[in-house]
Amino acid sequence: MPDFSIDIQNLSKTFGPVKALDDVSFQVEKSEIFGLIGPDGSGKTSLFRILTSLLLPDSGMATMEGYDVVKSYKIIRQITGYMPGRFSLYYDLTVEENLAFFATIFGTTIKENYDLIKDIYIQIEPFKNRRAGNLSGGMKQKLALSCALIHKPKVLVLDEPTTGVDAVSRKEFWEMLKKLKQQDITIIVSTPYMDEASLCDHVALIQKGKILSIETPANIRNAFSHPLYKIAYPDMYRLLTTLRTFSEAVSAHRFGDSIHVALKTRTGEKEVRSFLEEQGLKDVALEPVRPNIEDCFMDLMNDTHD
Amino acid sequence: MKKFLGFVKKEFYHIFRDPRTLLVLFGIPIAQVLIFGYVVTTEIKNIRIAILDQSKDDVTREITQKIISSGYFELQQNLESSEYFEDIFKTGDVKEIIVFEPDFAKKLGKNETAKMQLIADASDANTANLIVNYTSAIIGDYVQKENKLLNIPMQIKPVVRMVFNEKLKSVYMFVPGTMALILMLVSAMMTSISIAREKEMGTMEILLVSPLKPAQIIIGKVIPYVSLAFINAITIIALGYFVFGMPINGSLTLLMAESLLFICLALSLGILISTIANTQQMAMFISLFALMLPTILLSGFIFPIENMPVILQGISYLMPPKYFIIIIKNIMLKGTGFIFVWKETLILMAMMMVFIGLSVKNFKIRLQ
Repeated sequence: MPDFSIDIQNLSKTFGPVKALDDVSFQVEKSEIFGLIGPDGSGKTSLFRILTSLLLPDSGMATMEGYDVVKSYKIIRQITGYMPGRFSLYYDLTVEENLAFFATIFGTTIKENYDLIKDIYIQIEPFKNRRAGNLSGGMKQKLALSCALIHKPKVLVLDEPTTGVDAVSRKEFWEMLKKLKQQDITIIVSTPYMDEASLCDHVALIQKGKILSIETPANIRNAFSHPLYKIAYPDMYRLLTTLRTFSEAVSAHRFGDSIHVALKTRTGEKEVRSFLEEQGLKDVALEPVRPNIEDCFMDLMNDTHD
Repeated sequence: MKKFLGFVKKEFYHIFRDPRTLLVLFGIPIAQVLIFGYVVTTEIKNIRIAILDQSKDDVTREITQKIISSGYFELQQNLESSEYFEDIFKTGDVKEIIVFEPDFAKKLGKNETAKMQLIADASDANTANLIVNYTSAIIGDYVQKENKLLNIPMQIKPVVRMVFNEKLKSVYMFVPGTMALILMLVSAMMTSISIAREKEMGTMEILLVSPLKPAQIIIGKVIPYVSLAFINAITIIALGYFVFGMPINGSLTLLMAESLLFICLALSLGILISTIANTQQMAMFISLFALMLPTILLSGFIFPIENMPVILQGISYLMPPKYFIIIIKNIMLKGTGFIFVWKETLILMAMMMVFIGLSVKNFKIRLQ
């Protein structure tokens, strides 16, 4: 038995002048949720397509459950459940027909694996006679997940499953993934949402085809080396532009109603306040904050730029 | 096998749930046959003419009578002078003016040459030609009959018979042509569009990842269209037979078998197109330009191949509909059996093999 569910070694893929994947290597343990976080165009989809045998890598190799994704592509296609970036459903078929169709082409029936999808499917079952095209984003996502699961795959590959889905459905979706994990299914999932990263067992940050770091979410946050402050002021734009001129600041990014500013070591709260007051920004709300995944990601991205 | 049947079932759902697909599949064929049958016609019927009779004697009246009673012409107006000729044509109703010179009968009686003039509106060259020919024939006929009385010693009279289409009905030409056109379009365009749609919607990704074999995907896509196109073929033949009186002199079974062969050929072409086209729109454009225009122009459907420049004649040999039209005409009109169409059948089969071979080679089991 192989030690890892997914083993990727030195994978590279180029499309013309664009390096989609640049010497990517990592391992995914059995029945864990592995998150791939990165902006659009960072190579997530290409990586998933190679894993699901839809693309051939230029160099390097990858195995899933011990099967080579190039040589044993037929077996790979039996043991993977794949949910592409767009919900690949037949919009002119009803919910039930979609599910039945995917069950049939994978040589099984809804009945046979109903237990596995029950928790998810039960939520959309009331709409089973509705055409998939008329479902809401959240329901489409649940249906797509049901379809990807119907043949009881060993590895579930989910390409941005929560894009375009409302916040409540996103939360529910991650609950479902946690349950699936307990069924001994390895899940590799990509997302552009940093907040979802903390729900994974391991997270790989990817940018421009390169893996920046692979850690548990906690370790990624611990690795953040700069003091971090959360600052709020009514005129956010002015605050941000001012902070970016601050020589002691490493970075400043906006998070909703506040700005996270990372400082060079030793610089403290007082220096920031006095600098802002000098610039005419008085009474700013300022407090230290624990870095989230996004801070870490921005930080790592800055490092690679330098 | 169960996987495959599930796939075919899904295809039928797609077809029957899309009103546009249904319209293309069933509405257009019927409309086209009726349009081609009734509207596009090379026969002339009830052509409006005007006559300027400057003689007004027995002979001119008799000739006029003969022309009008032929059924091809309808007298719109009797003219008094030649001044308004152009104006008459400009109104567009009158297509031909017949002029008799003064003293027509008198000159004939004196054994001189009597002259008449045919002026045709040649803004539609083909029709003008036809009208003038028909009129000349009627006049010639009259002259011959008169001559019989005069007993001229030497005469040659050709007796013409138009075999296989005695009345020169244009329907006989259009039904086979339309059938080729529709089967080609329905089969090739619809399959290529439906495969391209899977690519566009992203469902192709899932199908590829599934254990379905490429052959199962392709055959599953094709089967619904084979059956529907076959229904179309039957509809067209039935319309031709019952509405336009097109005969089926040969074996109906052979006709159906050849239609089925042509449908399969068109489908293989559709699959080939879909391996090139990535979007529905592209699939449609390729089908329209690569299939419809050549089918209409180069297959001998409307324009005789023999009259084309040599290069186009050469290209026409590559047009599958050309052979299909030859085959159906042979079976329906001449009533010949397989021995007379085996060569064309073989060519169609060979073309189909080539298309299938290319499609299989082009079909990707992966993306890109």
